[in-house]
Amino acid sequence: MRRVLAGLLGVSALVVFLLGTGGAATETPRRGGELVFIVQSEPPSYDGHREETFGVTQPIGPFYSLLLRIDPTDPKGARIVGDLAESWIRSKDQLTYTFKIRKGVVFHDGQPLTAPDVKASYDHIIFPPEGVVSNRRGAYSAVKAIEAPDDHTVVFRLKWPAAAALPLFASPWNFIYSAEKLRQDPRWYETHINGTGPYRFVEHIKGSRVVGTRNPRYFRAGLPYLDGFRATFVKSESAQIATLRGARAMAQFRGITPGEKAQLETALGDTIRFQESAWDCTNWIALNHERKPYADRRVRQALTLAIDRHEMSRALSRITIVRDLAGVQVPETEYAASLADLLTLKGFGRDIDRSRAEARRLLAEAGVPAGFAFTLKNRGITHPYEAVGIYLIDQWRRIGLTVTQEVIEPAAYFAMIRGGDFDVAVDFQCGYLVEPDLDLYKFQSVGISDANYGRYRDDVLDELYRAQSRATDRASRLALIRRFERRLIDEEAHYLPTLQWHRIVPHLRRVRGWHVTPSHYVNHQLETVWLGD
Amino acid sequence: MEPALETSLVLEHGRSWCASVWEFARRRPLGAAGAAIVIIMAVAAALAPVVAPYDPLATDYSAMLAAPSSAHWLGTDAFGRDVLSRIIYGARTALTVGIVSALLGATLGAIVGVGSAYFGGWVDLLGERVVDVLLSFPLVIMALAVVATLGNGVWNVVLAITIPMAPRCARVIRSSALAIRRTAYVDAARAAGFSRARIILRHMLPNVMAPYLVMLTAFMGQAVLLEASLSFLGLGVAEPTPAWGLMLKGAAVDFAETAPWLALWPGIAISAAVFAFNLFGDALRDALDPRLRAL
Amino acid sequence: MIPTLLGVAALVFLLMRVLPGDIVELRFAGESAYASRATLELERQRLGLDRPLWLQFADWTWGLVRLDLGRSMWTGAPIAHEIGLRFQLSLELALLATLIAVVLAIPLGIVAAVWRETWVDYVVRVVSIAGLAVPSFWLGIVLILVLLRVFHWLPPIEFTPLAVNPWHNLGQLVWPALAVGYRYSAVSTRMMRATMLEVLREDYIRTARAKGLWRRLVLSRHAVKNAMLPVFTVIALEFAFLLGGLVVTEQVFNLNGLGSLFVEAIAHRDYTLTQALVLLVAVATVVANFLVDLTYAWLDPRIRYR
Repeated sequence: MRRVLAGLLGVSALVVFLLGTGGAATETPRRGGELVFIVQSEPPSYDGHREETFGVTQPIGPFYSLLLRIDPTDPKGARIVGDLAESWIRSKDQLTYTFKIRKGVVFHDGQPLTAPDVKASYDHIIFPPEGVVSNRRGAYSAVKAIEAPDDHTVVFRLKWPAAAALPLFASPWNFIYSAEKLRQDPRWYETHINGTGPYRFVEHIKGSRVVGTRNPRYFRAGLPYLDGFRATFVKSESAQIATLRGARAMAQFRGITPGEKAQLETALGDTIRFQESAWDCTNWIALNHERKPYADRRVRQALTLAIDRHEMSRALSRITIVRDLAGVQVPETEYAASLADLLTLKGFGRDIDRSRAEARRLLAEAGVPAGFAFTLKNRGITHPYEAVGIYLIDQWRRIGLTVTQEVIEPAAYFAMIRGGDFDVAVDFQCGYLVEPDLDLYKFQSVGISDANYGRYRDDVLDELYRAQSRATDRASRLALIRRFERRLIDEEAHYLPTLQWHRIVPHLRRVRGWHVTPSHYVNHQLETVWLGD
Repeated sequence: MEPALETSLVLEHGRSWCASVWEFARRRPLGAAGAAIVIIMAVAAALAPVVAPYDPLATDYSAMLAAPSSAHWLGTDAFGRDVLSRIIYGARTALTVGIVSALLGATLGAIVGVGSAYFGGWVDLLGERVVDVLLSFPLVIMALAVVATLGNGVWNVVLAITIPMAPRCARVIRSSALAIRRTAYVDAARAAGFSRARIILRHMLPNVMAPYLVMLTAFMGQAVLLEASLSFLGLGVAEPTPAWGLMLKGAAVDFAETAPWLALWPGIAISAAVFAFNLFGDALRDALDPRLRAL
Repeated sequence: MIPTLLGVAALVFLLMRVLPGDIVELRFAGESAYASRATLELERQRLGLDRPLWLQFADWTWGLVRLDLGRSMWTGAPIAHEIGLRFQLSLELALLATLIAVVLAIPLGIVAAVWRETWVDYVVRVVSIAGLAVPSFWLGIVLILVLLRVFHWLPPIEFTPLAVNPWHNLGQLVWPALAVGYRYSAVSTRMMRATMLEVLREDYIRTARAKGLWRRLVLSRHAVKNAMLPVFTVIALEFAFLLGGLVVTEQVFNLNGLGSLFVEAIAHRDYTLTQALVLLVAVATVVANFLVDLTYAWLDPRIRYR
């Protein structure tokens, strides 16, 4: 029986929270004040199980608790800790997960929370009733059944051992609802809010704001520090910057561009802080393997060799939200490649002239004439798509290719890329948790992965994925992931990596207790945040 | 001299064309200035490879967002591309789109207007309805539909802009054509056996020539503005093609304070072009017939 | 009027369905590929998107006849409610901008006509054409920069309705109203100048001494009133456009108006909401046109347009 350090973890997490490790280590958190922050997108409904936009997790997240969550104090955004779960045990065959639920938790309307509520919420996610949409249901296909044998125990039974089971239970969208309300109306939570989170719902004025106030009966004693929060909806970027400049809002928790950061630095000087991290989001170039020259590996390799990623990093990090070179994992996370590893991959070498010469050679060998023209289909969002598109076109020009860009409006973009209506297109991948099982899934063969828009089949890649998913120790898993990366990027160049996005989160200096993580979907319960001066 | 008489003299006696142009320039200096600006822009655009100091697509990552200097007179943009060269090449897009859409829109509108006025009856009614519907329809959706189905590109933008212009012209031309249609002269000519085509060409067209010319020049200014707006919204031409509207989004807004030249020059270019077209169009209208005030 | 509106309704209905992209996919399969096909189909059924086109159209128009705009496909809230919130702001902005346009255009137009072909005329014409020539989005960027740097003004976070606090409300709307009003005054100024010229031409061939001219003007009040008629025509026609067309202005000044709702609705492929908005603008345009035609016919039977 393998016991996870659950109790210890939970207690130490509690201690850590109570000490408020946000700002300077020796500062004592103060109670009081209202945190005003900007959210760019409005929630179409309040149901986290149904939606997939940060427009829900950011303003509505504070009202709910999760079973497990990503540790808000972990800058890598990888450590999973208990929220409503006090402790948990995984069975030796890895098919059963047993969670112990905290005692003494109450909903905002006064009803106590018990294990049946957790079961009902996860039933709502994994086995939704007729007419209810659960956005991420497909990710839980390994779950066979959920049981609540007593008021404080929840058991998940899996069909097969899934290494990424725990991360799935820590998903920021898995709000825990009341079983009673779900029984009365499974769609009640789309238009109502009733959770166990650190804040209680006050109002939502469409087009304007969401307001929450402290939950006096929150199960973490002494928290939250704030009296309440106000999420204001400001859609245009320039208005957001102006609002921050005037200190009418204290933070914007998604991320801003380097240009905007410079503006705020100049205007606010010492009163503003920026927390930066690699973003769990990156752009990959999809090459349609079903179209003529791209089926040839040499052409794909040429396209990636032509790109000077080092100059790209230097130049684009000044004007848009990208920065670091990366492979299949967010840099500096557990299974990420080191710079030395990356330099050995095609397209990452420092000698760009040599790379480009080889690219030309490969193109000639593959029979692609000089001046060959194709269209790059890009997504109609300014950052960082526009800059990345312009840069790539410029790089491909230098090996003699004539590339025009077609900008597809975001709404039409999915139809285009899913329908395979492109030669070369800019794809993206975002996640809420850095976990190879979740991140590498996409790149498997077209029969297995719905998100493989390059439409290729590669059995070696599939086998490597399965192997790393079942790896028993860290070292062997790391090696397998490196091999996967090499096969994907270097040997076959199925998908071309660009640069990892870079997250710059601005907040006034007085906002303490909030840690940036690679994902803008997590760390939004805000119970550790406090206002200093 | 009566303005209307001036018009007919110009149109029916070609040899006084040169003299009329000179007269025009002398009496209406603003209009002449407008025309001159347009001509200078057109020449610069045509001779762009000669006039522009750099290749507009050439990036230089060691000189990103550089301030105006002797190397780059108007500075460089976020990719180190020379702003002056991009503005000169951008004139190609702006003027091509402006002139072609205006021509297409005005001509299409004139055809519909004249046809509507001449044939009357259900042709007129149908034409009126179609014009009404198109006039009440927002340009954004129309442009979006064109771009979504046909993609970006100069000619698709031309199509997207022509669609709102044609009905406006149709409406104006129709009223002018109606004024002629109702005179006894046309009925008499018909009774005398003149063919429809001849009546339309010889008698109705000359009368709508004045409002047609005025609408044409007015449209050119509007078309340049619309092209800039559509590019700004992402519905026009796409990067890295140089286009004035495109130069005003993205980095220009982000770096508006640290690199104001990014937003300044393209805005001035657009304003100057539209300004010039409008000045010329105004003066032309004054010269031809101030009664054309409904434009 | 009705055929036009029907035509607009049919056109927007068809155009929206021609655009690639589907609201259900956007909502539930945008970020991840996990939502199953069955789930998406279910949602489409719920929104009525699986029914044949003619049925959807008939259903919608039947709702319109009963003055029921339906529900937004994105939020599920009644469209009347979604629009209502923004309508107040857009209407107020349009009215303020129109007021500014009128206040600027009429005196400037008269002045330019009275002193035609002098430096006064040139200045007025240059200034008003500049209003037309400057792209609105550029003007917005420049204006915000100037306001930020020079006046330390900030765009409002939330809209204060007129009823709640008139001063605050006007303070928020004055800058966007000026930006928009300046552009609309440009068109009206030129029109005013042209019609005044015509009025003067009828009474005077040559420019008289200022004193004499003003007396003449005062005496021909009727003529001046006639001169204003086309100006009001232009203003009335443009007003309908102001309601839904101020997309960039709203973006720049962070106003929660109909223009941004429109852009959002299209981006979400929210068919019902987009259709309703287009129809709203079309109704406003058609009504404005109709009123203008009526006014023309009533006030000046000499006009031979129809």
